[in-house]
Amino acid sequence: MRGWLALLGRELRLALRHPADTLAAVMFFVLVAALFPFGIGPAPEALARLAPGALLAAALLAALLPLDRMFGADAEDGSLDQLLLSGLPPAAIAAAKAAAHWLTTGLPLLAATPIAAAMLNLPTEAWGAAMLALGLAAAFLSLLGTAGAALTLGARRGGVLLPLLVLPLAIPAVIFGAAGIEAAAAGQEARPYLMLLGALVAAALPLAPFAAGAALRVE
Amino acid sequence: MLEARDLACLRGERVVFAGLSFALAPGAALLLTGANGAGKSSLLRLLAGLIAPAEGLLLWAGEDALTDRAAHARRLRYVGHGDALKPALTARENLDVFARLWGGDPDPALDALGLAALADLPARVLSAGQKRRLGLARLALAPADLWLLDEPTTGLDVASVDRLGALLARHRAAGGMVIAATHLPLPLPDAGELRL
Repeated sequence: MRGWLALLGRELRLALRHPADTLAAVMFFVLVAALFPFGIGPAPEALARLAPGALLAAALLAALLPLDRMFGADAEDGSLDQLLLSGLPPAAIAAAKAAAHWLTTGLPLLAATPIAAAMLNLPTEAWGAAMLALGLAAAFLSLLGTAGAALTLGARRGGVLLPLLVLPLAIPAVIFGAAGIEAAAAGQEARPYLMLLGALVAAALPLAPFAAGAALRVE
Repeated sequence: MLEARDLACLRGERVVFAGLSFALAPGAALLLTGANGAGKSSLLRLLAGLIAPAEGLLLWAGEDALTDRAAHARRLRYVGHGDALKPALTARENLDVFARLWGGDPDPALDALGLAALADLPARVLSAGQKRRLGLARLALAPADLWLLDEPTTGLDVASVDRLGALLARHRAAGGMVIAATHLPLPLPDAGELRL
């Protein structure tokens, strides 16, 4: 556990030294959300109808941005070899990467959620549910994305392959997340949907790091 | 203690080497020589467990070393072509991660390679030789039984080669093994040679 925390600390420290990466993801999220009002035109009700799905789609796309460099930078300078020889199992290395991705991309997206939600005319009652849904969906994407990043490492055009691999698998998170936000916006209970979303995260939590670890070994 | 039996390595469809056998006792050193592309780096990666042998066995104290690769990794240090440094972190921070993983203290390790004065500089501003030394400083953190070195002296000045020589001598005196691939003379007295 101490070794794992050292690894997580390394990732967080690196993210702090490169704040532009986190900022780029947050800006991307806000900008994609800002495109919808322009496309839909002056129809607040229509916008509010679209808001839950648009929020999730924008957040998942934004969270994809840093993924293609997740292992690539470490593979190029030899750090990945050193990490694989750190004595930690590859799955633990992947889990640290996934946790760091969520902390440095998923959580900052939550901070920007009210801005995006306001632009999409989402009723304020649903903002809490929206933040929970985005946080869980982002965690699901961090886990899937780590496995995807490990699989596409070393592939030519891995950056293009990665979304094609990861986004279809993220569809359940969009369905449950959007349903939860919609329910909250309609004054209903969002809990069942968010719990299903939580169950997705719980299922991916042990599986994705092992898949990613196995993929790193094959390299 | 370390024994290779009939190791073979494939790169794509090409056989890099095959039928390679050697044994190494505690305190011994082995130099890998051969032309570019002869498979020196591949052999070192294979011995580290980073790639799997196409054929053959790697034995550690008589047992298959590659069944538990995490355990194998804990008894070795590997210095590859890349220096495995993060340009945004300082020299000390670069070592600190590994100090926390393996034990040891970054400052004496930096000192052993003559980098004490550069400890707080980001690795980005170091010269190529200084980066190489920082990569090598990982060896001085905590003891490990086997050192696998890929061209360790590339870009090093004479004083730094001497410092590396002192590290190597101390490591071997404590019963450590060294396998190094090199084109340059290395400060490894009485080392065996394996021509690939």
